[in-house]
Formats: sequence, structure tokens, C-alpha cells
Amino acid sequence: MPDDAWTLEARLARVEEIVSRLESGRLDLEEALILFEEGVAHVREADRLLRETELRIERLVAGEGGSVLSEPAGVDES
Amino acid sequence: MTPRQDRAPLAGGALGGARPAAYTVAAVNAMVRHVLDSGLGPLWVQGEVTGWKRHTSGHCYFSLRDRNAQMRAVMFRAEAQRLPADPDEGMEVRALGRVTLYEPRGEYQFVVREIEGLGAGGLWRLAFERLHRKLEAEGLFAQERKRPLPRFPSTVAVVTSPVGAALHDILQVIGLRAPWTRVVLSPAKVQGDGAPSDIARAIRLVARHGKADVIIVGRGGGSIEDLWAFNDEAVARTIANSPIPVISAVGHEIDVTIADLVADWRAPTPSAAAERAVPDGSAVGRELAGLTRRLGRGLGRTVEQKRLRLQRLDSWLVDGIRSSTRRGRDRLERTAATIDALSPLGALRRGFAVARKEGRVLRTVADLPPGTRFTLRVSDGEVDCHSDSGSGGAADA
Repeated sequence: MPDDAWTLEARLARVEEIVSRLESGRLDLEEALILFEEGVAHVREADRLLRETELRIERLVAGEGGSVLSEPAGVDES
Repeated sequence: MTPRQDRAPLAGGALGGARPAAYTVAAVNAMVRHVLDSGLGPLWVQGEVTGWKRHTSGHCYFSLRDRNAQMRAVMFRAEAQRLPADPDEGMEVRALGRVTLYEPRGEYQFVVREIEGLGAGGLWRLAFERLHRKLEAEGLFAQERKRPLPRFPSTVAVVTSPVGAALHDILQVIGLRAPWTRVVLSPAKVQGDGAPSDIARAIRLVARHGKADVIIVGRGGGSIEDLWAFNDEAVARTIANSPIPVISAVGHEIDVTIADLVADWRAPTPSAAAERAVPDGSAVGRELAGLTRRLGRGLGRTVEQKRLRLQRLDSWLVDGIRSSTRRGRDRLERTAATIDALSPLGALRRGFAVARKEGRVLRTVADLPPGTRFTLRVSDGEVDCHSDSGSGGAADA
């Protein structure tokens, strides 16, 4: 169910899928209710994400043995 | 020409006498070289390139010629490696250099520092067109190679100078439109020596990191030389091979580079690249609101459908009961008719009568001797009767 592993893209895709299943009208009432609740939870999480206001900026650095590290970048930006 | 003091001729030698002193070849070459070096400063020479040869050492040897004259020229590795392309045979160029003498051969040569191709774009145009032809033939610009960009990227990688205007513009646009986005900067040198390999390295770093959904590669505006790294074959191939979709954003609208042509999306400027990379937050908000409405309607529709189905079941039931009742009545009527047909009352209606005396049915003449009182049952009632005389008993016998 909706947690941080979900990207905005994945959430919206899931909600669209749920909507189209609900709109097909081929679901049991119970199934429809469960899907509806899942959809609402995704929308709520997505909405919460949209309310974030601070851009996070990181800088990539090549590490040992071909690894890649990312560190917070202090870019002075608006 | 008078030999100078430090380049004194050899003494007359064993033969003695008053013969004029002779110079060594080396001495003469050294003198000529000195004259050329000091007498002719740097100069621009215009002519046609012929016999261009890039040696394995990196030095380039060629000649410049007019209709009736020719001179040897050389461009050493340090300068030659900055050329965007080797000039074509017969190409008209302007070259800046110094005239000097190559002493081992006693030939004078023009040592070139810079070459500009004449005609539209010169060597830059030439290099661009060569690489363009090559990569186009390989299908690297083909529309069907272009990958779709993600609609809602969680992470956007930016390959550019960490101090350039491009980064500033990109961050500003992403911050305004989609501040929830994570931006990873993979810094690169975007102009000058080593820029192409650094850009390619920075793109590969993003690919190895593997977290970005889309990469913006670019820089702000500049001269054709400033933008040249984006016309480099290694940069083009790294973009083409990137496992993550690439948006190019090099210079201004009018600057089209090879990097732009291989990228999955070409943005005219870094700001436009950022706009293309991330969605507008308010548009996403509207989309969410729309989805929420559809979720509600979808559920409502399912509920409504169940209700309609119940209603349908209900009416089937009623219809069913009704029709089975009707069937029952029909059957009852049919049964009654049959019973009716079998009943003695039916026979009475058809005109038969039953004679009875004290409840006993009188069937034969012998049952009715003259003077017998009996009742006769007809279809609508009974009649009291008495018999007078009979006959037929014998006939029955």
C-alpha cells in the first residue's frame, strides 16, 4: 500500500488503473470499496508530496571501485 | 650579405692563399633562419590546403598554395589537437603562423598556430557536417530511437558546469514547478580542452548512479567554439547509449549541436529543458482532483450497478410468482373441466336420469314392479314418480 517506495508517477498510474477498473463496473462491491480506499490513500500521499516546497539538490561524486556517491550540494539558489 | 662576426667563415685552410672564406652549410642555414625569424613576424596567409597529413605523433604536415606558388607548412600537435576537423584537400583557409627555416633540410616552412576555414562556418561547419553524416548513416538521429520522457520524474540529473548560468536557470525552473523533485548534479567541464571527455564521464556517472529518471545535458549560450564539446563524437555516443532518457539544452534556440540531434528531446535553452523535464505542480494538482472525482464516481457506479441488479432480481421474482399463479389457475380450470366431464352430473345434463328408491339405484325392470314409488334424479333436481307396468325384462334376459 502507499508508502515512500511509491513514486509520484507510480501512484498516479495506480490510481488511473483503479479508476478504470471502478469505471468498468465489473467489480464486487467489496472489491470496489477496497480499491476505492487504496486509490484515495494514493491521492492523499501524492497531494502531500506536491505540498513539499524545498528543492533537494545533491552532487554526484565518483567513489572507489566505480561506485557513485551523492552528497548534498549547497547550491545557493532561490 | 656580409657574414656576421659570430658566424665567421672557415679559414682558408691548408691550401692557404687568398681564396674567399667558405661557410658551413649549417652556418648558412642558421643565418637564414635567423633572418627569417627576426625579419618576418607572425602573419596570416591565405591559400589552398594540399597534401594534409596528420602524423602519428599528432603533428600535421601540409602545403599552402596559390595558382603559381606553394609553401610547406606544419602545425604541431598542441595546436593541431584543437582543430575541430582536418581540412579537406583544396580547402581555402587562412592560417596564422611564422615563417622559419627547417635547418636539417634547408627548406623554409610556415609553422601554423591557427587555421580558419573560409566559407560558411569553416572548419567547424566541416567537422559538424562530417560527424553529422556519419552518425546519421548509423541511424543515431532516427525518430524511432527517441525514448519517451517520464511524466513525473522523481529525480532529475543535470550534467553541466556547477558554476554556469544553465544550472541556475534549471534549478530555478524546477524549484518553481516541481519543488518535490530531487535534483542530482553531475558536474562537468563544458568548454575548453578535455570538455568532451568530461561531459561523457559525467553522463556515465549519472547512469552508474542509476537513480535519475531523466538527464538534462547542456550549458548556456556561447560562441561556436564554446559550444564545441557538444559536437563531439564521444559526447554524442554517450548520450545515444545512455540508459536514461536525455534532454539536451545547449546554448540558445539557434544553436543546434550533434548532442541535440542524438538526445531524446532537444530543448532550445536550459530553462526550457527544465520545463520539459518536470510537470507543473498546479497541473498535477488538477489531475489529482480529477482522479479523486473519478474514484468517487467509479465507486458510485459500482454501487448503482448492484442496486440495479437487485431491482432486476426483485422484479424477476415478482414476475415469477405472478406467472406461476397464473399457470396454477389455468391448470385448476383445466382439471375442473375434466372432473366435470367425468361427473354423473354431466350425464344428467346430457339428458340421462337416475331412478332411486330409498337411496338405492333402480337399474332393471325387476327393480320397478308396477305401483312402485321412487324418485327420479334429473339434472336440476328430483321428481317423485310411481310405475304403472313394465316390459322388456324378458327381452333383457
